[in-house]
Amino acid sequence: MSAPSLDAVIVGAGVVGAACAYYATRAGLSVAVVDRGPVAGGTTGAGEGNLLVSDKEPGPELELALLSTRLWRELAAALPPEDAVEYEPKGGLVLAPDETALTALRAFAAGQCAAGVEAREVDEHELAHLEPELTKGLAGGFHYPQDAQVQPARAAAALLRAARSRGALVRLGEEVTAVLTGPHGAVRGVRTPRGELHAPAVVNATGTWGGRLAALAGTRLPVLPRRGFVLVTEPLPPGLIRHKVYAADYIADVASDSAALQSSAVVEGTPAGPVLIGATRERVGFDRTLSTEALRRLAGQATALFPRLADVHAIRTYCGFRPYLPDHLPAIGPDPRVPGLHHACGHEGAGIGLAPATGLLVTAALTGDEPPVGAWPFRPERFDSRGPADDFSDPFDRPDGPPPSPGART
Amino acid sequence: MTPPVDLAVVGAGPAGLAAAVRAAGLGLSVALLDAGERPGGQFHRYPAPGLRAARPEALHHGWRHFARRLRQLETGGVTYLPRHHVWTVARGDGCWLLHAVVGPDETPATVRARAVLLATGAYERQLPFPGWTLPGVVGAGGAQAMLKSGLVLPGRRVVVAGSGPLLLAVAASLAAAGARVPAVVEAADYRAYGRSLPAVLRTPAKLAEGARYGGGLLRRSTRLLTRHAVTAAHGTARVEAVTVTRLDDHWRPVPGTGRRVPCDALAVGHGLVPQLDLAVGLGCATRRTADDTHALVVDADQATTVPGIWAAGESCGIGGADLALTEGEIAADAVARTLHDVPADPRRHAALTRRRTRLRAFADAMAAAHRPGPGWADWLDDATEVCRCEEVTAGRVREAVAGYGAHDTRTVKLLTRAGMGWCQGRMCGQAVARLAGGEGAAAVESRPLSCPVPLRPLAQLPPEAEEFRA
Ligand SMILES: Cc1cc2nc3c(=O)[nH]c(=O)nc-3n(C[C@H](O)[C@H](O)[C@H](O)COP(=O)(O)OP(=O)(O)OC[C@H]3O[C@@H](n4cnc5c(N)ncnc54)[C@H](O)[C@@H]3O)c2cc1C
Ligand SMILES: Cc1cc2nc3c(=O)[nH]c(=O)nc-3n(C[C@H](O)[C@H](O)[C@H](O)COP(=O)(O)OP(=O)(O)OC[C@H]3O[C@@H](n4cnc5c(N)ncnc54)[C@H](O)[C@@H]3O)c2cc1C
Repeated sequence: MSAPSLDAVIVGAGVVGAACAYYATRAGLSVAVVDRGPVAGGTTGAGEGNLLVSDKEPGPELELALLSTRLWRELAAALPPEDAVEYEPKGGLVLAPDETALTALRAFAAGQCAAGVEAREVDEHELAHLEPELTKGLAGGFHYPQDAQVQPARAAAALLRAARSRGALVRLGEEVTAVLTGPHGAVRGVRTPRGELHAPAVVNATGTWGGRLAALAGTRLPVLPRRGFVLVTEPLPPGLIRHKVYAADYIADVASDSAALQSSAVVEGTPAGPVLIGATRERVGFDRTLSTEALRRLAGQATALFPRLADVHAIRTYCGFRPYLPDHLPAIGPDPRVPGLHHACGHEGAGIGLAPATGLLVTAALTGDEPPVGAWPFRPERFDSRGPADDFSDPFDRPDGPPPSPGART
Repeated sequence: MTPPVDLAVVGAGPAGLAAAVRAAGLGLSVALLDAGERPGGQFHRYPAPGLRAARPEALHHGWRHFARRLRQLETGGVTYLPRHHVWTVARGDGCWLLHAVVGPDETPATVRARAVLLATGAYERQLPFPGWTLPGVVGAGGAQAMLKSGLVLPGRRVVVAGSGPLLLAVAASLAAAGARVPAVVEAADYRAYGRSLPAVLRTPAKLAEGARYGGGLLRRSTRLLTRHAVTAAHGTARVEAVTVTRLDDHWRPVPGTGRRVPCDALAVGHGLVPQLDLAVGLGCATRRTADDTHALVVDADQATTVPGIWAAGESCGIGGADLALTEGEIAADAVARTLHDVPADPRRHAALTRRRTRLRAFADAMAAAHRPGPGWADWLDDATEVCRCEEVTAGRVREAVAGYGAHDTRTVKLLTRAGMGWCQGRMCGQAVARLAGGEGAAAVESRPLSCPVPLRPLAQLPPEAEEFRA
């Protein structure tokens, strides 16, 4: 029995793989989506769903984010209401604790505005109006009306469901163990424990595990994990926290190369009531052990912004591993080293936001159409010039598992 | 900073209490932390002081031994810390850090210890059915606990239902306290114990206990219906009746066999689930039990797979208060040997080990008999609320599975919010796993916060840098 012929196999059913499947099937392509786990079982299920332009400096990522902002708005209208992706164009509020921070923020925002971001300075008085529970005495801040929110797992599931309704084959619980190549090195499909899936293109949407899939295809992509913790509170009355609120030092953290723990909590309410406080950033490999230091900082920063939260209970905390590349930009597009292999991974802390634009870019590459934004900065082979693959091996990239107990390291 | 204690015990139930007292007796410095107001755990409960109940021991066996341990707790050098809810155990510099919130004000406290014994017990398993959220429907263990501590009855005419040996004890206590118990509805078949008769025969105390319950019930004309279940509770403001239905071997309701039994309360429970949050957070390995829950893997010394962490009692598998005590004593001896080279008393050790083997065998036989059959989910209609905290119905869970690609509890949770509320899936986890199509037990849930913690104590944790300097 021969399966209907496929145009592409998309590996990964996170938000990025789901968005690729959505746009590819919308363009009339026939695709299969394969994931070793369930939908959103990777980093997508641990993400917060901020669709931010406010934290991005002018450049290729911001361009992608601005396109995605528009696409998410369209998707929210196009997806059936029962999908309940919880899209909320609530806007962001970036705060400057003192005059120094405010001056820096002004310069940053001016650059963003020139690149097409909407940002407006708000004084202390207006801050109190926008966020009544906010602490007093801040120097000021900026309001970013384009910042929005979705529920990441529901968004991924909805995109995948739409793709399936347009004929996408969805195979969950199946790990890709080999990328098949032909005599001239071109990709011709993948192997899973259930058999082979043949297609002239394979899309690597495996997020944090993108380097491993690249290796299966005989090439390399230095994707590394960057851990983040999120704190979730008990449900609070609606309207208590209205925007995505964070302090200005967050922007510096995002672009940092440091392996140490950094955090600057984004605080936001959700339609279901709980407030999300997240997230920390640190490079510790795939270690899931709870870091009380991470919780201390998240709680400290959130209560500094919103004193009322001090008496509110955290009922849950979780962590995930952002897929990041050394220059903090994703790898999107065809890999010239392995014909037929496409990458769509390495979105670090912005993969939910950047997923639709990524899906469009990948689809354009598959159909040969003009890409909606320039894809050159995201080319996957850009790390080659830096030297041999070993240069990217990371001391923190150790396999899953808790660290030794205190007794064992006296 | 004060030096760490030798041993911190979490949980002052039979296991933790026995271990703390024994370890202190062997010369260890011991801290005993418990979320509750008073020692005794789920088993030993005191009547609330105002009630002036004369004989709490009437509802307990082993009260005498318990009273002896309490005296030792007061005199024997254990730092007893009631109202301390430990929310995580973290690795400090050369010692463990037990972070707790204390009392109604939830103030922070941290205990430092060289070794930790987790004796966190178990909680009751609930399987949903239409009407289970009505007032008057209470947990079977909860009804028992209410009786022991407050001597209050959940109703005057109480149906007892679910599965597990606790049901008979609960029915007997309710009857003894003056309630009418029209029926004990047990989904499994006690005859299943027959298959492991040798284990039962080596545990005569259990048989005697069973006979006592049975006798007490018969005298009060209670019907014992095995292979039956309460498949619906009816009522408007509170439960007025239940539907009792016959089950097949897989716990599927047999069509046409339902009948209504009037009552004003229903005490229902499906066995106990080990409380593992702290242990899972530490990375301790777990095993799947015969009744589809997870319990800690421990070795002959009650040591978990994480060096420096021991466990005893129901967190190592449900087995009753006697087994919990025995394991607590074994663990205390082992910790003393490890930390202070206190030599083992070979006769005592052999006796304790034999006792543990015998009780464990019996517990495993019971667990196998009372394992929920896969067909129980058939009694859930789509409108039945599965997750009470977030008000998620069975229909919505089924839709997430059929329409959106969920096939495990985590994904169902992400897509429907089932298990995201206050109880963090402790109530609905088993039901969601079943509806998600998983065979048997759900994966072990990781709950890094073992209880809700206000942000203030989190923000006031000692900064890590300082901790390392200390
Ligand atoms: C704490 C935290 C907060 C975050 N907050 C935000 C936020 O607010 N906004 C935002 O935009 N982003 C946020 N992110 C980042 C965002 O979650 C990620 O960038 C995004 O989810 C990446 O999606 P993905 O589809 O590339 O990867 P994933 O969701 O990880 O999907 C990859 C999939 O590939 C599968 N896979 C891997 N290898 C194989 C194989 N060999 N065979 C089959 N399947 C395989 C995996 O099972 C997985 O399902 C956050 C991340 C974290 C950790
Ligand atoms: C509701 C209920 C009713 C029961 N009724 C009966 C009965 O009638 N007859 C009978 O024979 N058996 C009964 N049992 C079983 C019996 O209670 C157990 O066999 C026995 O108590 C097990 O002892 P343990 O020490 O392992 O745990 P437990 O007695 O459960 O003690 C565990 C202790 O740990 C504490 N704890 C847990 N987590 C934390 C934390 N993170 N921080 C601080 N403290 C913590 C709890 O507060 C509790 O005090 C019942 C069990 C339950 C759950």
